[in-house]
Amino acid sequence: MNRLTRDQMAARVAQDIPEGAYVNLGIGLPTKVANYLPIEREVFLQSENGLLGMGPAPAAGEEDWELINAGKQAVTLLTGGCFFHHADSFAMMRGGHLDICVLGAFQVSTKGDLANWHTGEPGAIPAVGGAMDLAIGAKQTFVMMELLTKQGESKLVEACTYPLTGLGCVSRVYTDLAIFDVGPGGAHIVETVEGLTADDLRALTGLTLG
Amino acid sequence: MIDKTVGNVEEAVAGISDGAAVMIGGFGTAGMPDELIDALIARGVGDLTIINNNAGNGETGVAALIKAGRVRKIICSFPRQTDSHHFDTAYRAGRIELELVPQGNLAARIQAAGAGLGAIFTPTGFGTLLAEGKETRNIDGRDHVLEYPIHADFALIKAHKGDRWGNLVYRKTARNFGPIMAMAAKTTIAQVAEVVPLGALDPETVVTPGIFVQRLVEIGAPQSEKRS
Repeated sequence: MNRLTRDQMAARVAQDIPEGAYVNLGIGLPTKVANYLPIEREVFLQSENGLLGMGPAPAAGEEDWELINAGKQAVTLLTGGCFFHHADSFAMMRGGHLDICVLGAFQVSTKGDLANWHTGEPGAIPAVGGAMDLAIGAKQTFVMMELLTKQGESKLVEACTYPLTGLGCVSRVYTDLAIFDVGPGGAHIVETVEGLTADDLRALTGLTLG
Repeated sequence: MIDKTVGNVEEAVAGISDGAAVMIGGFGTAGMPDELIDALIARGVGDLTIINNNAGNGETGVAALIKAGRVRKIICSFPRQTDSHHFDTAYRAGRIELELVPQGNLAARIQAAGAGLGAIFTPTGFGTLLAEGKETRNIDGRDHVLEYPIHADFALIKAHKGDRWGNLVYRKTARNFGPIMAMAAKTTIAQVAEVVPLGALDPETVVTPGIFVQRLVEIGAPQSEKRS
């Protein structure tokens, strides 16, 4: 099976981000997508802590710790970028002004429910950050994740067992084995890695996939 | 002559007493008013309710306040970080109460307090654990959760420059919660790197109008800018 690497997954997501899009890339795997956006394609990256037009990491020694991203890493501002306060930043997110938001996930349901903030394990300290606002706010919410857990269980599920982040908010799921559209009509296979059939995916996930 | 500047951080935090609700600006360490927090710790007050996005990083700022045992309750969105060990310890020992709020709802509730709104309906969190037991309403086909404003007795924020009327400008992403917390607290105390003469700030670019600021204190280059 030609499983995609995490970088290949990021490159595949980047293909679907058009010029002019306002985009928020979540912490973790989605952050890699920025590395695969071609330089000539103008895409506006938003960071929830209050910047639009986020650039790459600065050179070592050039960090300004008052210029950081949502993951609290030092970043740069592109020419034309700007700063704003938190209420404006979340108005951009919640108010439907972002075209695309890319998030990681523990689980996504075939209806587009998202679970990505809390494992629900006893003793785990819960932390949500902007996950719930990002999930429901953008015109399109994409998820990037490996299709299977290390134990081989599908993370695309009929119904999430982890605590939910948002209901019916995900439109597309990019995985290492296939891309799915999800929503009220269930999950549909958009494309698969070479050599993998729809029936293989049905067997791996246990789902009725269109 | 109106002059909201005070001479030192001790004067800046005067009047904050046990049991106060205190908003503290900052996202991680960017915008964290470390010097004002140090003065608050030195003041010796406790039983505080703290409103901040996080629950402290490393050893400074909100982390130091928690370590000193001054925080009864924290209202925040993201307390679990690799360097939030002082919060982790206090939380696991049952010494600190946590109200977890989605980040955008936190900002909106603070802004609602500053704007004099009685409540807000927000789609964020609907159908999740964080909306359990809360009133909901379907508005124009979309489900919303009723959330109430977060008020505070004091706000401690960090800005870049200010003048004696309290007008403020910020620096880069250190702006974050400063402008909305300044609106939401009864008394807002700003630490600035530089107090400039009245008229030196371009009125077109003032971010926080002085009406929202009651005291400001010049710190010079704050701790969190020196740290890297």
